[in-house]
Amino acid sequence: MNPLLRRPAHEILPMLSRGELSCRELMEISLDWVSQTEGRIHSFLTQDGERALAKASALDQRRAKGEMPGPLFGLPVAVKDNLATKGLRTTCGSRILEDFVPPYSATVIERLEQGGAVLLGKTNCDEFAMGSSTENSAFFPTRNPWDLERVPGGSSGGSAAAVASGQAFLSLGTDTGGSVRQPASFCGLCGFKPTYGRVSRYGLIAFASSLDQVGAFARNVRDCALLLETIAGHDPLDSTSLNEPVPPYLRELENNPGSLRIGFASDWLAMGLAPEVERTFHRALDTLRGLGFAIESISLPHSHYALPTYYLIAPAEASANLARFDGIRYGLRVPGENLKDLYQATRGQGFGAEVKRRIMLGTYALSAGYRDAFYLKAQQVRTLIRRDFEQAFGAVDLIAVPTAPSTAFRLGEKVDDPLAMYMADLFTIPISLAGLPSLSLPMGVEGGLPVGLQLVGPALAESHILQAAWRFEQATGLHDLVPPLAEVPRA
Amino acid sequence: MRSPTIGLEVHVQLNTASKMFCSCPVEFGAGPNSRVCPVCLALPGALPVLNRQAVESAFTVALALHCQIQSFSQFHRKNYFYPDLPKGYQISQYDVPFSRNGYLMVETEQSNRRIGIIRVHMEEDTAKMLHGRSITEHATTSLVDFNRSGVPLLEIVSAPDITSAEEASAYLTELRAILRTLGISSGNMEEGALRCDVNISLDAGTRAEVKNINSFRSVRKALEYEIERQNALLDQGEPVVQETRHFKESSGITVSGRTKEEAEDYRYFPEPDLVPLEITPQWIDAVHQRLPELPEERRRRLGEMGLFPAEAATIANAPELARFFDKCLLVVRTDNYVIVSRTGINPDSAITVSPFTANAKEIANWLLSDILKYLNESDLTIDQTKLTPIGLVAMIQQNKDGRISKTKAKELVTAALQGKVMQVGEKGILTNFPLDQDKFDEFLEHKTATVTATIAAIGSMGLTQISDPETIRGWVQEVLAQNPKEQDAYRLGKDTLFGFFVGQAMKRSGGKANPELLNRIVREELGK
Repeated sequence: MNPLLRRPAHEILPMLSRGELSCRELMEISLDWVSQTEGRIHSFLTQDGERALAKASALDQRRAKGEMPGPLFGLPVAVKDNLATKGLRTTCGSRILEDFVPPYSATVIERLEQGGAVLLGKTNCDEFAMGSSTENSAFFPTRNPWDLERVPGGSSGGSAAAVASGQAFLSLGTDTGGSVRQPASFCGLCGFKPTYGRVSRYGLIAFASSLDQVGAFARNVRDCALLLETIAGHDPLDSTSLNEPVPPYLRELENNPGSLRIGFASDWLAMGLAPEVERTFHRALDTLRGLGFAIESISLPHSHYALPTYYLIAPAEASANLARFDGIRYGLRVPGENLKDLYQATRGQGFGAEVKRRIMLGTYALSAGYRDAFYLKAQQVRTLIRRDFEQAFGAVDLIAVPTAPSTAFRLGEKVDDPLAMYMADLFTIPISLAGLPSLSLPMGVEGGLPVGLQLVGPALAESHILQAAWRFEQATGLHDLVPPLAEVPRA
Repeated sequence: MRSPTIGLEVHVQLNTASKMFCSCPVEFGAGPNSRVCPVCLALPGALPVLNRQAVESAFTVALALHCQIQSFSQFHRKNYFYPDLPKGYQISQYDVPFSRNGYLMVETEQSNRRIGIIRVHMEEDTAKMLHGRSITEHATTSLVDFNRSGVPLLEIVSAPDITSAEEASAYLTELRAILRTLGISSGNMEEGALRCDVNISLDAGTRAEVKNINSFRSVRKALEYEIERQNALLDQGEPVVQETRHFKESSGITVSGRTKEEAEDYRYFPEPDLVPLEITPQWIDAVHQRLPELPEERRRRLGEMGLFPAEAATIANAPELARFFDKCLLVVRTDNYVIVSRTGINPDSAITVSPFTANAKEIANWLLSDILKYLNESDLTIDQTKLTPIGLVAMIQQNKDGRISKTKAKELVTAALQGKVMQVGEKGILTNFPLDQDKFDEFLEHKTATVTATIAAIGSMGLTQISDPETIRGWVQEVLAQNPKEQDAYRLGKDTLFGFFVGQAMKRSGGKANPELLNRIVREELGK
């Protein structure tokens, strides 16, 4: 592979802006690498190479005319296929949207493009972002670049695999219960799920509206800060987006976060952790201590209920969010004898098993006679979980916790056991329920597989998280990790 | 005879500029699916953003219905599948509506009763469906027009306080008059801007709900039919079934729809795409201050002027007519006008003329005879014609002064209604006035001091008039003290300056001074 593709985005970008490397040239190199690797990895559901080349050339021309390049000028990036892209097929990994081409772009896509980024294409994901391995894609599974027999995590597995393998410098995913952080952990990346409302959801095809958030994948903390800064900020088209200024994450990155107190929840570690993850985590705590952070034990007693709570709230919202896929206006339509037949045939054939399972769970949880016991109870527990975090953040500034209970598992290993699959998000879901920002970054490589650490902060503490993460990364040297597949042959 | 218990559930389309959750225009009669966007078509990823104007219209109505406004309320998703509902759920309000506990005074020939309003809430309209052979070659085909999808709706639920078909009809008439006076809906049932479902039971027994009622007349007919049907059932010892029935316009009967047993489970839950709706006390106060005179109050005022109840109701319940009537009265109250020559308005010709003398009763008589007949026949509102308040009052005056015959006057009014320019009289006031009230108002505003008084008087509509002579005298004295030169000129014979002093004093009063009193006091002070 061309060594340029392994360079951090923040090193490549100045070369592009100054014209030392043309956007076109870099795009050709990227597309060439995509074509060499895609047959093994399967990151993309839709590639947009021709348009990417044309856009790259157009950017070169604009630079030649003296236009000010944006922060992501000429950078090849990938985006998850549940983000609407004008004129570019957007499937959500589902048959029901197999041929759907949106007439508009998500706000985050517009921000990326305004920043000068060029989309390579749309990445694979679990259908409607429901899953933790990308095996629930209606089209094909994506492979983990560290071990092609293993999953990249999910649901944003395609976006993670694309960045880990060097196909793209940065990518966007979405995180409802861990769908950015867990694949980041499995693929040795930084994956940031911002505070709920920090990034616009307009054009993010909803799974669970009160939990969904667009997140950033990068190979190092600085690149991650850069991407987050580009996409964050208030959007009048999303009523739940926060009207708060976006701090200059990049400029503040090397600021000393001060003598931060970092909490770790000992009760979480008892929830079932692979030994290599536990070992790595304790080492990570030592590293943080060595950096001058105070490590304190905290308690998040209601986290035990997070998984069942999530699997009531998220499917309940999904059952309504997915009702619009009815075969009437767009997407798959399977004709029927009458309206009911049409609905049943369309949705019956258009949705996969996991999506149907969750629609049924959610419909049940909201039904008359069950709503109080399930949906409303879950909302009450969600409040308790949120309060746990509020209390904890009275005593500490950040919380450190492993991102996932294990390293990447094998393809097919959990596919027939939904509960085992749900457990993969054990440590990310409580944070999602509380709407808090959380960054997963590598804390080790065990048996040839990366292990991720989550740094969680109070609402809008993105900058603090990035500062602590940057110091950690400097101390461990665990950035810009190269999976075997992408090793640059020695000259 | 068993006594009926009736409750009405009314849906009102708000005539906001844009839809409830997107910026598509609210426009009827546009080409099918031409007023749509990702939000109201429910494309994947689109999100709703609440229209503040819709919220304000909504709680304006609630205030007019004496409801309590909740400072925080919530939107819920009401889930069901139908092609006219693109998201598969309707954004509506459920257990936390934005207002509750109001009432409406409803007058019939027999009674004047207070009908409770249980709640008023906001929701979005569905798309419009067209079925069968009438629109396509296949009887089984249906088409959907999403122009209506997302238009703001208000649901107004009455208490089961209504006791007759006549009273139900009166309730709707009063409600429509309020909506029109507030200017937030056409209230037109035939066009679907106002829709009504009724709930009815006899002797507080099992109730039936009747839907699909498309006119005021049908509400009455449907209720009369249901009362008869339920009475007949009970007479035979048979139970009334709790069910939804549909009114058949053609035959005037109701037929059974789905029964409540198979009623849908809407699985309501809070809409996570919207933040809670906040209506601050300041916002409520501001709207409350701006509430116009409501029909009930207006009828009372017109009654006090000597109009018969039926006359007062006809004028008061039609806001354009009421505004026109009030402007006529204002024209009468104003003394200062300009002479308008054949070449148009000449600012230098501003003079004071002798006051018009038409009274409320005379104006009402003119409005309610030929004019109203013409408006009804041509399906126009008075605003849509060329007839102006000043034109009508001048005409009445010409006729009263014996300058033109009644027949001639009527001819001229008809000509104005038909859009022809009006020639008012051969000589004297307002000759060949273009009869364009807007232009006239604009002229008044910018051209001469004389006319400021007129403007001020027009501007004082709906404000509390100040009739305290000493307060007014204070303003007049200030004006005189500040304009010694003009005073001298006036005393030397420049009569036209009288209007200038009146205008300046009126300005000082913020347009609130009682014009007759002001004129008198200016004359007194100048005479000193």
